[in-house]
Amino acid sequence: MTKEELKTYLVQIFPSNKVDETFDFPLMFVDKSELLSVAQKLKDSPETQFDFLFCQTAVDRIPNLEVVYHLSSINFKHDMVLKVVLEDRETPEVPSVYSFWKAAELYEDEIFDMFGIRFSNHPNLRRIMLGDEWPGFPLRKDYKDDINIVSL
Amino acid sequence: MENNNNIPIDDLTEEFVVNIGPQHPSTHGVLRLQATLDGETIKDLLPVLGYIHRGIEKMTESLGYKQSIYLTSRMDYLSAHINNQACSLAIEKGMQIEVPERAKAIRIIMAELQRLTSHELWWGSCAMDLGAVTPFFLAFRDRERILDIFEGNTGNRLTMNYITPGGVMFDVLPNFASSIKELLVKVKEHLKEYEELITGNVIFQHRLKGVGILPRELAISMGCTGPVARASGISCDVRKYHPYDGYDKLDFKEIVIDGCDSWARYKVRMEEMKQSIHIIEQLIHNIPEGEFRAKVKGVIKLPVGEYYQRVETARGELGVYIVSDGGNKPYRMKFRAASFSNLGALKPITVGAKIGDLMASMATIDLVIPDIDR
Repeated sequence: MTKEELKTYLVQIFPSNKVDETFDFPLMFVDKSELLSVAQKLKDSPETQFDFLFCQTAVDRIPNLEVVYHLSSINFKHDMVLKVVLEDRETPEVPSVYSFWKAAELYEDEIFDMFGIRFSNHPNLRRIMLGDEWPGFPLRKDYKDDINIVSL
Repeated sequence: MENNNNIPIDDLTEEFVVNIGPQHPSTHGVLRLQATLDGETIKDLLPVLGYIHRGIEKMTESLGYKQSIYLTSRMDYLSAHINNQACSLAIEKGMQIEVPERAKAIRIIMAELQRLTSHELWWGSCAMDLGAVTPFFLAFRDRERILDIFEGNTGNRLTMNYITPGGVMFDVLPNFASSIKELLVKVKEHLKEYEELITGNVIFQHRLKGVGILPRELAISMGCTGPVARASGISCDVRKYHPYDGYDKLDFKEIVIDGCDSWARYKVRMEEMKQSIHIIEQLIHNIPEGEFRAKVKGVIKLPVGEYYQRVETARGELGVYIVSDGGNKPYRMKFRAASFSNLGALKPITVGAKIGDLMASMATIDLVIPDIDR
């Protein structure tokens, strides 16, 4: 499906979710309580077949945190973006999508390391790059480090 | 030992953990693998990362867009041109810059030469990991010649920073076409030599065939791309499906083999080298005349929004995800690195196998550690 077709399709199938677009892909916001059921539908539906999670990351949009899922289909070669907005900055938590896309294991480790977002039901959540002793979560916008970060 | 006559032989072995790396020669960088072994069988494998983590994504937030491109050369340093290209394309997309035809042709030639050097180095080190030292030196003959061309035309051998928003930094030297023509004659000769020396070698084939099997479904689920995915029968070449810089006008084949083992991954890369040569040959005789760079403003600002650009590096799909707030610095820049996703496949394909096969699997997955850590 093209970007426009996919957008209309998403509006039809998920009428309660907000559908928007980025420069390249259709974009759908989803609540974290619905994430797993939406992911299941997107992956299994024969029209979409989003079986390939090619990029998962987070963005700190103060005061919210966003988890961004870039999905693709190997058969149809169409792509879309899923977003989960988290309002809780202290103990943010999202269900892990590891059961649908195994690639999420490493992606979610990295997000946990850099943003401090926990993923429930993740097989082995660990601070993959920095290690457990590192104070704070560097990719958050309010992270302060006067020694290691040189800004111009 | 006493009193063990009734105990089955399996129960006498004990699991133990071996740390492979961070400075093991066949990890090609600073990657540590925590392998739980039972005798020679791998029971579990945990990659420990972060030894060369530089925080490139955080750095981009305090640098401008242009400076960020220089950092991308330091991720997958064997695909430096292609990384620069990905970042430049993402910025051009946001700023709606039209790249001159001449620059596009030069970019593709450089990118394909880069893929050639990367695969040559992989071929040498793959054979070296399996115990053959000579191929490493053989591979470096061509690699040196290509790096000499890079040095002459861009000023650098490893981190070129040559491809820039709007086109390329400088025009190529007058002898660019002729030097590449000469080079390709040699490379083709040498490729035949490689096939005779290593591909046809029975010992080498035995070390790779049936080793490190990555089924198609698993490769999709793991997010594998590049030669690793194509050796598992997944057609995923970004140059074919999301063409950039005029790849759609060129004639080349996407190499897909469904062998799923290390041997298939070896074959895919060997064939890809031939395709790269084929691509360069189509362009080298007719690089369009004209500008080598479009005019770009001094300070780059992208309109508010999100941009995603992907390219095919030697290791797979590199994605550049830019979130812009309209300022002169990226609000968030994420690099979806091919090696990071491909690393995930290492555990499922090696658990249950012998430790000796771990090196074969790792060699054919072709990891670049700075690309994993960023």
